[in-house]
Amino acid sequence: MLIAAILTLAVGTYTMRLSGVLLRDRLELSDRLQRLLPMAAASLLAALATTAALMEGASFAGVARPAGVVVGALLAWRRAPFVVVVLAAAATAALLRLAGVE
Amino acid sequence: MRTPSRTPDRALLRDAAAIAAAMVAVGASFGAITIAYGLPTWVPFLMSAAVFAGGAQFLAVGLIAAGNPLAAVLAGLLLNARHLPFGLAVSATVGPRWRDRLIGSHLMTDEVVAFTLAEEDPSRRRRTYWLIGITLFTSWNLGSALGVWLGGAAGDPAALGLDAAFPAGLIALILPSLRDRDTRVVALVGAAVAVALTPVLPAGLPVLFALLGLCAVFLPRRRAGQVAEAGQVAEAGPVTGAGRRVETEEAPC
Repeated sequence: MLIAAILTLAVGTYTMRLSGVLLRDRLELSDRLQRLLPMAAASLLAALATTAALMEGASFAGVARPAGVVVGALLAWRRAPFVVVVLAAAATAALLRLAGVE
Repeated sequence: MRTPSRTPDRALLRDAAAIAAAMVAVGASFGAITIAYGLPTWVPFLMSAAVFAGGAQFLAVGLIAAGNPLAAVLAGLLLNARHLPFGLAVSATVGPRWRDRLIGSHLMTDEVVAFTLAEEDPSRRRRTYWLIGITLFTSWNLGSALGVWLGGAAGDPAALGLDAAFPAGLIALILPSLRDRDTRVVALVGAAVAVALTPVLPAGLPVLFALLGLCAVFLPRRRAGQVAEAGQVAEAGPVTGAGRRVETEEAPC
């Protein structure tokens, strides 16, 4: 049962990954709709980042994590290198937690 | 994110190393949690290699450990459904060859898509996709194995602030695309919709609803198009010419 569940999840996930890649050829997309695809991806990624930054399950994630993400986002906006953004976000959240701020 | 520099590939390698280090740490916590739940040792190895989707893996082992493997499959698939639109967006980058498509599809993750779409040039996109994809697959599986080996000593990713690192990294990668006004509106509306729906919908669905953000750009434009036909072109015309506005009829919203 356990292995069946894991394999089903694996095959299903792979199918969704592959079908997007393959479907693209079958779809006759106008220029406008083609322009939508990267916008759709950006929207999904923005939603992922925002929900991961703010929410833990169905409730808010507290202070430390959103604060870390905000510091990272500000640095990214100031065109800091990716490594700096990621490290600063992690360090902010970790230090806040160390100080007892969840 | 990356502004053109004399050594662009060095910047890419440095970014890949940063995200790989984070993936090892989070992967280790996945491996350790799986063992702590009392699941067999082969579970994290098989999942990290065959599922290769961090969020779905954490969600699934939690539900499996709670004795609900069916819910684990359904929730995991729902959470991973976003890979279909991702696939549409990166299809041209993965390329037309079957070998590339079959292998490349398995490497597709949020981070890979974000890194790829942050590049403009098609050949750089391609290199980025494969480099980041292979790096993440390797580091994630390495991390999981490490977590199984270290057990409870693997540490808590939250204590290291890694739960803040991943969203910040994604934001850094999508920021350049947000300079385009339409993309910015779509992404902001999508993110707001997803956050608002997170308390009421099962994991995965809120993020999919972010696609509704596309309506924010295309519904007003259609209306703007009609107004423009009434003669107020200067007021309504966003980017496209009057002739192209007819095409808004085929927009999905």
